Amino acid sequence: MKPVLNGFPWITDNLSLVFDKTGVHLLIAVLALMISIVIAVPVGVWLGHVHRGGFAAINVSNVGRALPSLAVIAILIGVIGLGRNTLIVALVVLAVPVILTNAYVAIDTVDRDVVDAARGMGLRERQILTHVELPLSLPLLFAGIRTAAVFVVATVPLGALTGTDGGLGDIIANQASYRLEGVVGAAICVAVLALLVDGLFAAIQRAVTPRGLRGQIDFAAVQTAAAGNPQEEGTP
Amino acid sequence: MNLIVAQTVIPDFGGGENSCVRQNKGFCWNWVQDNWSDVLWPAVKQHVALTAIAVVIGFVIAFALALLAHRRRRLEAPTTVITGVLYTIPSLALFQILVGFSFLGLNRLTVEIALVSYTLLILFRNTLAGLRSVPTEVREAAEGMGLTRRQVLMKVELPLALPAVFAGLRVATVTVISLATVAAFIDDEGLGSPIFRAIQSNVFKTELFAAGGLAVALALFADGALVLIQRLLTPWARRQRA
Repeated sequence: MKPVLNGFPWITDNLSLVFDKTGVHLLIAVLALMISIVIAVPVGVWLGHVHRGGFAAINVSNVGRALPSLAVIAILIGVIGLGRNTLIVALVVLAVPVILTNAYVAIDTVDRDVVDAARGMGLRERQILTHVELPLSLPLLFAGIRTAAVFVVATVPLGALTGTDGGLGDIIANQASYRLEGVVGAAICVAVLALLVDGLFAAIQRAVTPRGLRGQIDFAAVQTAAAGNPQEEGTP
Repeated sequence: MNLIVAQTVIPDFGGGENSCVRQNKGFCWNWVQDNWSDVLWPAVKQHVALTAIAVVIGFVIAFALALLAHRRRRLEAPTTVITGVLYTIPSLALFQILVGFSFLGLNRLTVEIALVSYTLLILFRNTLAGLRSVPTEVREAAEGMGLTRRQVLMKVELPLALPAVFAGLRVATVTVISLATVAAFIDDEGLGSPIFRAIQSNVFKTELFAAGGLAVALALFADGALVLIQRLLTPWARRQRA
């Protein structure tokens, strides 16, 4: 028990190391998340806008959710080789389905009457998307990004087991050098980092929610659209 | 416990005269055939065992907690917080922290404790949400027909909660399959074991593809199997849809 409790003082004793590793950790996580967003959001938003590919979007998310992270990294190492890029590609592969499906569901489930009203008022398709559908779907869209962000932060440490930088995972996976105190300390840091990222995105989610929708949404409950009830599958 | 020390070892993929394995060019079918019964299939079986034990134990605990919280609302918040914290700890870290306790070691018990702790939040939240989603009219109708509280639970609430329970089981199962590969880091079994070995022996591609592919296949198979079981258990849902 004692070395477990000693994780806290270890952090304060090794602040510069912790900062270094946290920096690498965040760099990898932010890169992977940015690439995932750039790929997944436009595709999901467009599919949702034209109300097409719902079946595919739900299935992509189910398959993506089932993929074991280490197996994906292993297969990509076989294809690309060892290195930081392999880890980032793996994180993107794992994060894209969550973001894409949420973006799709978010846009697809915007009240059709509202969209029809906008069309009746003479808004162009592009305006309907940017002025009506996107604002109304932002809470759910950000829920997907939030889930993906927490997942990415928690998965970066696997890099340390697969022959590349793992940020704080370098400490967690190297008990020989850092002893259990270090492992526990770094583990606490990753957990806190994940919670901070979750909180940050929850705040962004709240900030981008149109005033009219605030209060209607239980932010703790709205995490992932696709993780909800399988009864709704295939009926987008 | 530093795994990445073997880079300097002379590559020996154990292929003998086999040039495909020696050259490590891509996917070598004959290596898979040669090592299926000694390496890959035992790893699959271990992986299934690790996963099944964790999901069953996790389900029993989470289900009991959900039934309690269903009766007593006060219990919901603390249970969610505790299981939520367990869920947030990165897997790699939790494995290592558990190894630090003197009564645990680098063995299956340690791995199972960690795996079970990851299923609790998902299964608890989904089971409770399922029980809560039963419409009040339905519950009142059952009570009006003279069913006891126990009968209402067994004959009305639980069947109607099944889809949500299964949604939780699916997420929990694929999560455990994923984490069980990482668990090979502390307990050398399951499909993570050949993956780590392949990375150490100068990135042996065939083994990476085979073990990684099997882990992915296992997860998709388990997910699909649970969907089928759910369909069989809730025939009314299918009838409604049709």
